[in-house]
Amino acid sequence: MSMNRRSVVKAIAAGGALVGASVLMPRIAMAAWTTKAFEAEDQATAMNELLGGAAEESAEVTLKAPDIAENGAVVPVTVSSSMAGVESMSIFVENNPNPLVAEFLIPAGTDADVSTRLRMGKTSKVTAVVKANGKLYSASKEVKVTIGGCGG
Amino acid sequence: MAKGILKVKAKASGDKTKVKLMAKHIMESGQRKDKKTGELIPAKFLQELKVMHGGKEVFAANLGTAISKNPYFAFNFAGGAKGDELTMTWVENSGATSTETAKVK
Repeated sequence: MSMNRRSVVKAIAAGGALVGASVLMPRIAMAAWTTKAFEAEDQATAMNELLGGAAEESAEVTLKAPDIAENGAVVPVTVSSSMAGVESMSIFVENNPNPLVAEFLIPAGTDADVSTRLRMGKTSKVTAVVKANGKLYSASKEVKVTIGGCGG
Repeated sequence: MAKGILKVKAKASGDKTKVKLMAKHIMESGQRKDKKTGELIPAKFLQELKVMHGGKEVFAANLGTAISKNPYFAFNFAGGAKGDELTMTWVENSGATSTETAKVK
């Protein structure tokens, strides 16, 4: 009896919190955080969930990352593209527990050139996928990791 | 006013504004175990970040737990001048959200 009441109260509280949150966070047209993509455990699924398909390798996508990352907790990466019409640039680390690391949305007027720092659990292929004019292009690089950065 | 978590260096350079942004945030992945209890430390990370300039969105990011602690981003956008204001909004997986501002130098 008390279990049922507790779960009902929890559900109402959760629902209330959700309503409150959506009122407080007006969204401008921005791609929402896609849970399925971020929680996918293999790269193909993550890419499919986020971008709707696989990308073709392109010399117009540049991924700068170290050959060897001494510290997997902080791996500096730069993704850039010389293409016109770039809408987004995303980064995947194939051997991470969840391969999708980040999705950067590039509005018109912003350079397709973003730098960040990632965590890598172990040596892995790192892939940058650029969405330009509705199509997907990628560049990959194998980054060796000496000390993993995901936890444990 | 509460102190923000974002440190921003925004510089007008030619016809662009160059931005380097760092958020002070643990980006807890949810994969680490508490050494005493053996329990998983719950994930606590920035999920979304949006930067506006002159009412226009100039950068947005959806982030996972593999972005390093104290997330760092560098990007450039066309336009902007010294004295302009940038407005940044972040959302954490917990639902916490905040908006901070910074000036272009």
